[in-house]
Amino acid sequence: MAGNYGYVAVFAIVGVAFAVISLVMSWFLRPHNPSGEKLATYECGEVPVGPAWRQFRVGYYIYLLAFVIFDVEVLFVIPWALALRNLKGQGLGLFAVVDGAIFIAVLAAGLLYAWKKGALKWE
Amino acid sequence: MTGQGVAFAVLAAITIISALLVVTIKNIVRSALFLALSFVGVAGLYILLNAEFLAAVQVLIYVGAITVLMLFAIMLTQQIMSAKISQTTEWFWLALPMALAMLATLIFFFAMRTYPVNPAPDALAVGTTMPLAEALLKPYLLPFELASFILLAALVGAIVIAREEKPGATD
Repeated sequence: MAGNYGYVAVFAIVGVAFAVISLVMSWFLRPHNPSGEKLATYECGEVPVGPAWRQFRVGYYIYLLAFVIFDVEVLFVIPWALALRNLKGQGLGLFAVVDGAIFIAVLAAGLLYAWKKGALKWE
Repeated sequence: MTGQGVAFAVLAAITIISALLVVTIKNIVRSALFLALSFVGVAGLYILLNAEFLAAVQVLIYVGAITVLMLFAIMLTQQIMSAKISQTTEWFWLALPMALAMLATLIFFFAMRTYPVNPAPDALAVGTTMPLAEALLKPYLLPFELASFILLAALVGAIVIAREEKPGATD
């Protein structure tokens, strides 16, 4: 079990090294003459509108709250999905599927409520 | 040093250094981002303890949800993002002996007994996620289903409260 994490370690090291090496390489290779246009924030080629350090719309918050709810739902669905095959082997397959269906249906009702209330609509 | 020892040292360093930056850095947005990094380090420590499901939960909930919740709270607050915040306290000389006393107490109690370095071999072979999953669907089925209703209540409550003030009014 612990051996599999060797790949994670290799991946992490290569990922960090890639970022560091490319930054250091370009720092050595590039000419250094900063001017006004170059120091401006890159915004997909558009001229930036005001600073990024500003207050954002409250409208984002409702999406975040919905995200947190379904994030926690995922947390319960993962072990359920993992146990399904084992429970099927014990003759409890249908029982487990109904359990999961109830769990997801309750939260789907919540999503439906949010939809009907227009909470998912961007104004 | 073994591979596990190296991994522990790296993860502990990431956790502690970013936690220190959370409480010392002057910009509150960066503080929240370092908090996320600290949580990632803790998730790695959970994996070293063979608590893989807990590590996944740590990444999903703490890094994914809690930190984003904090960042949004900061982003939606007026004139706080670019503000420089002093994180030092006037009570430094009182806080220092208190913190040292706490450290001494913790070291004393941890040194009182020896802890097993390796987990039980059974726990290693099976993994912790599957027994947890089976327990969730058998003896703890009712709490499992009730959790969905609690989440539903939270979602409905969030919509009712957040919809009252018209979004976009502050923009």
